Amino acid sequence: MPALPLDEAGKYVAAAYVVFVLLLVVYIGIMAAKLGRISREIEEIAELAERNRAAADERAAESARAEAEEVRS
Amino acid sequence: MKASTLRTLALLTALLIGAGFALVFFYAPNEADQGFIQKIFYLHVPLAIIALGGFVVGGIHAIRHLRSGDPVHDARSYVSIHASVIFGVAVLLTGAIWAKASWGKWWVWDEPTLVSFLIVFLLYCTYYPLRYAIEDRERQARYASVFAITAGAFVPLNFMAVRAAQSLVHPRTFGTVDGGLPGDMWLTFLVCFAGIALLWVTLVGFELVAKRTSGQLSRLRRALDEGADRPPLGSGVAGRIAPGGAGTR
Repeated sequence: MPALPLDEAGKYVAAAYVVFVLLLVVYIGIMAAKLGRISREIEEIAELAERNRAAADERAAESARAEAEEVRS
Repeated sequence: MKASTLRTLALLTALLIGAGFALVFFYAPNEADQGFIQKIFYLHVPLAIIALGGFVVGGIHAIRHLRSGDPVHDARSYVSIHASVIFGVAVLLTGAIWAKASWGKWWVWDEPTLVSFLIVFLLYCTYYPLRYAIEDRERQARYASVFAITAGAFVPLNFMAVRAAQSLVHPRTFGTVDGGLPGDMWLTFLVCFAGIALLWVTLVGFELVAKRTSGQLSRLRRALDEGADRPPLGSGVAGRIAPGGAGTR
């Protein structure tokens, strides 16, 4: 088959390279969404850790109060 | 893989692919037979080689997983296959565009190179349902590794069988009796090949880091949930504070 004229071949070549770039962009978009999810999860875990620490402090204070009460009585 | 290594890899990839594409359009001459349309070669062929090579790499990691039982190798095998399937989509799309321009058809069914690549691609598409149909993580990894090794061995065999078939339609660019590529085309091809290969390595690296981070986060959350159920040391008070509690994950 003879070579296509440039104006016609150009469309196909451009299409092939655009398809490649588009696929790459979609992949990077999916990766960005994944990173976003990981970042949200980190925030949730940090919040959970804060809550756990506050709860542990509260429990420690409560047990100290109970012990002091026991000693008094 | 460290974040700084990944950043360097990503930069190098962008640089090489940019340089490769610049060489394609401003340095490499038009091929005598196909003319400008042959420029798709510099994208399509490296993608195909890297995709097939990636499948073999996935098989090698699967062997290492079965030998050591280390889940890291299973993750590497999975990610290698995943990246190669994406590259496979690009190969099929760019190949179809090239076929339409060169042969006037999007697909030629009696061409062994095309059909064999499609078979390999579809074979690897079944990897996902096979993997995720199994709930037990250890069995899932083991079965996936066996699949990756079997399919990975099929790739070079398939390649050799196709070369032996001596097709008349799909061109043989390297090492034919009519002579291979001229120097400037070779250089352009090698730069594009290196760029695409680095792109594969970078994507695999990113995906592995994301997977590892995700796994670590899950473990951390489980540890926190369990820690919330445990009473503080030295106190007799048992409390269950964390919402959801232990065993939610």
